[in-house]
Amino acid sequence: MTLTMFTLNAFYGLALAMNMFIIASGLNLIFGVLRVINFAHGMFYMFGAYIVFTVAKSWGAPFFVGVLASALALAAIALVIERLLLRHLYDKEHLMQLLFTFAIVLLMSDAAKMIWGTDQYSVGYPPGLGGAVNMGFVILPQYQLFLCIVGPLIAVAMWFVVDRTRWGRVVRAATQDREMLAALGVNVPMVYAAVFTIGSALAGIGGALAAPRIALVPGMDATIINECFIIVIIGGLGNMWGSFLGALAFGFVVQFGTVLAPNWQDVLPYVLMLVVLIIRPWGLLGRPETGH
Amino acid sequence: MPQRRSLIASAVVVLLLALLPLAGSRYAIDLTTEVLIYALFALSLNVLIGFTGNISFGHAAYFAIGGYGCAILLTTYGWPLALALPAAVVLAGLVAAVVGYFCVRLTQIYFAMLTLAFAMLVWGVAFKWKEVTGGDDGFTGIKMPAMISHHIGYFYFTLVMVSLGVAALWVICHSAFGLTLVAIRENSVRAGFIGVDTRHMRWAAFTVAGTFGGLAGALFGMYHRGMYIENAFWTESANVLIMVLLGGIYSFIGPIIGAAVLHLLQTFTNQYTPYWPTVLGLILLVIVLVLPDGLIGLARRVRARGGRS
Amino acid sequence: MTAMLSIGGLWKSFAGFVATRDVSFELLAGETHAVIGPNGAGKTTFFNLITGHLRPDKGSVSFEGRDLIGLPPQKIVRLGIARSFQRINIYPRLTVFENVQVALIAHEGQQWNLFRPGRSLHRQGTQELLELVGLAPEALETAGELSYGKQKQLELAIALASQPRLLLLDEPTAGMSPQETGETIASVRDIVKARGLTLLFTEHDMSVVFGIAERISVLHHGEIIASGAPDAVRNDPEVKRVYLGEHAHG
Repeated sequence: MTLTMFTLNAFYGLALAMNMFIIASGLNLIFGVLRVINFAHGMFYMFGAYIVFTVAKSWGAPFFVGVLASALALAAIALVIERLLLRHLYDKEHLMQLLFTFAIVLLMSDAAKMIWGTDQYSVGYPPGLGGAVNMGFVILPQYQLFLCIVGPLIAVAMWFVVDRTRWGRVVRAATQDREMLAALGVNVPMVYAAVFTIGSALAGIGGALAAPRIALVPGMDATIINECFIIVIIGGLGNMWGSFLGALAFGFVVQFGTVLAPNWQDVLPYVLMLVVLIIRPWGLLGRPETGH
Repeated sequence: MPQRRSLIASAVVVLLLALLPLAGSRYAIDLTTEVLIYALFALSLNVLIGFTGNISFGHAAYFAIGGYGCAILLTTYGWPLALALPAAVVLAGLVAAVVGYFCVRLTQIYFAMLTLAFAMLVWGVAFKWKEVTGGDDGFTGIKMPAMISHHIGYFYFTLVMVSLGVAALWVICHSAFGLTLVAIRENSVRAGFIGVDTRHMRWAAFTVAGTFGGLAGALFGMYHRGMYIENAFWTESANVLIMVLLGGIYSFIGPIIGAAVLHLLQTFTNQYTPYWPTVLGLILLVIVLVLPDGLIGLARRVRARGGRS
Repeated sequence: MTAMLSIGGLWKSFAGFVATRDVSFELLAGETHAVIGPNGAGKTTFFNLITGHLRPDKGSVSFEGRDLIGLPPQKIVRLGIARSFQRINIYPRLTVFENVQVALIAHEGQQWNLFRPGRSLHRQGTQELLELVGLAPEALETAGELSYGKQKQLELAIALASQPRLLLLDEPTAGMSPQETGETIASVRDIVKARGLTLLFTEHDMSVVFGIAERISVLHHGEIIASGAPDAVRNDPEVKRVYLGEHAHG
C-alpha cells in the first residue's frame, strides 16, 4: 500500500470514526446517565438522515438547515417519548426499559415505511463541501475533512460541558447516585429528559451528517445500532472518551478491513469487539458496575 | 399433588395433538408444527432468562447452528438423520459452552451485549461462508429422510422430539440444579454466600439453553427444507425473547404460551396487513407498561384476586 | 482458648476514603462478640472483608489457621463461616421454605444435580430450621411478602443452613419492634448455645449488645478504639465521648 493510499484510507477511516462517534456518543450519554440502552437510537439516526433528505432535497432548503431540522425533530420526538412513556419505567427492571425502546423501533420503522416508503434515497454533498483538497501527495475530499473537524469539536464540547460546567456536574452526579441528587433538590426528571433529548438529537445529527456519505435504505437503523453497540462496548459503557476511542478503532478497522480483507469486512467489527472484551471485559476505558 | 396434575394435563395435551392429523387441515397441521418448534425454542431461552435471570440477545445463534448443522450434515454429507440430528444439537451445545464461558464473566447488560456480539459473529460466518452455508441465498433443498418428508410424518416427528425436549427441560428446571438457578436469579450475591459457584452454574445454564435451542433449530430447518441467514440475525433472537416475555418468565409453561400466542398472532396479522411490526410494538408496550410477568403472571394475579374475594 | 478468627492490620480504602484503618482483631472460639460503632464506622465493610465480598488493600484474615484473603464467598462459606446481611438479602420470589431449602441443597453440594426434583430434597432439615427460628407457619408464603422482622428471621435460617461454626450477623434486630428484638435475641442466644457457635455481630441496639455480648469492640472511622469486656468498654472514656455520648437514649 502506497503512502497515498494509506493516508487516504486512514483519512476515510477517521471521517467514518468521527461520524460514528457523534452517533455513539448520544447512546453512551443516555446509558451513562439513565442506565438505559436505547435500541431506538438507530431508528433516530435513520430518521435524522431521512429528514435531511426531505428538507434539503425534496424541499430544496440548504443542507445545514436540514441538519438543524433533524436535530430539532429528533429532540422533539425523544422528549415526547421520554415524558409520556419512558419515565414510567425508570424504577422497573432494565429489561423492561430495553424492550420499551425496542417497541419504539418497531413502531417507528412502520412509521418510516408509511412516510417515506421503501425506496432508496440519496443526499448529495452540500455545495462548498463537495469537492476535494489537494494536499500534494494525496487528495482529500472536503466533506470527510469537515467530518474530521466536527467530530472532535463535538467531543471537546461535550467534555467541556460535562467536566467544566455546573450542569455537567449535575449530570455526572446523576450517573453516580440519582436518589442522592433528588434529595439535594435537583430536578432529576428534568435532567433525565434533557439527557435523553440531547442524546437522541445527537443520533439525528449523526444521521443527517451521514446522509451525503451513504445510501438511505430501510434497515439502515439495524446496521447502525449494531455498530454503535460495538463502539460503546469497546470503549466502555458510559465513558465518553471510551466511545471516542471505540469509534476510532471501529473506523480504522472497517476502512482498512474493506481494503485489505474485503470478504470479511462485515464481520471484522464483531471480531474487534470480541478481542477487546476478551482482553478487557468491561471495555477499554470501562469499569465494572457496582450492582444496584 | 400438583406435579401429578400437570403430568396428566401434559399427557392429555400431547394426546390431543397426536389426534390432530385425523381432523385438522394441512394448514392447521403445519401451523401446529411451527408452534411446537417455537415453543421448544422459547423454553430453551427461558432456562437462561426465567430460571437464571440472565437476558440473552443472541439465542438465535444456537438455533441457527442447530439448523444449519443438521441441514448440512443431512444434505452435503449425506449423514443419516439418527446421526445428523444429535450431532447438530451437540454442536450447538458446544458453541454455547464456548460462548457462555466468555459471557458469564460479565453480568447484566454487558452479558447481554456480549451474547449479541457472538450471535452476530455466528451470523457473519453464516453469511460469508457461502460454500458451506449458502450465504445470502440460504441453504436450501435439504435432503429429508423418506419417513418424515410427508407433512403428517414430520408433524409426528416434531411432536415426539419436542415432547422429549420439553420433558427433559422440565426435569432439569425442577431439579435441585433448577432451584439453585432460580436462587441465583433472585439474589446472586446471596447464592454465592450459601456456597454456590454462580459463575459455573450460569455457564451450565447457558450451555443447556443453547443445546435445546439447537434442537429447535434443527427441527425448524428440516421443516422449512432450508435455513436462511435471517434465522441467525438478531431479529430472530428478539422474536423469541418477546415470546418468552409475553408468556411470562416466572413459570415453566409461560414461554410455551407466549410462543403459541405470538406465532399465531403473527401469522394471522400477516394475512391482513404488512404492519406486523406495529402490532408487535404495541404488544411490547403493553407487556412493558402493564404485564411484566406476561400472560401467565396476569392469569395468576387474576386467579389470586378471584380466590381472595 | 484458641483464636478462631485472626485479623491483622486490615486496611481498606475506597477512592481515597479510608473505610477500614489498621484493624487487628482476635475472635476466640465459642465467644459471643459484638462490634459496635456509629453509622459509617465501617462495620459492614469489616464484615464484607471477612466474608470475601471485598478484598482488603493490606492485612491478613485467617480462620482456624486458614488464610481467607482472595477466596471468593462461596469458598469461605464452605470453611464454616455464615453471615446474615444488614439489608435484607433473601430470594424474594421463592417461598420461605424454598429459601432455606436451596441453602441446604447448596451446602450438600447438590446444586449440580440435574435429575432429583428440587422440592423433595432436605424437607426435614428445612422444616427443622424453620421451626428453630419460628417461621414454620409461614413456610409456604412468598419470602418477599413477609414482614421485615420475619424476613430477618429468614436471613438467620439461611445462614444457619450452611452449618457454620462462625456466625456473622449484621444488625440482626435492625428495624424491629422491642418485642421482636427480644424474641430474636433470645432465639439467637439459644441457637448459639445449642450448637456451640461462635457469634460475631454488629448492632445499634445497646440493650441487645450489653445483654448477650461477652466481649465488645468499638469501631469509629474504621478504627477499633476499644475492645474488651462489656463493663470495661462501657466505662472507656474514649468510647463514651465518641459513641455512647451521641446516643441520648443509649
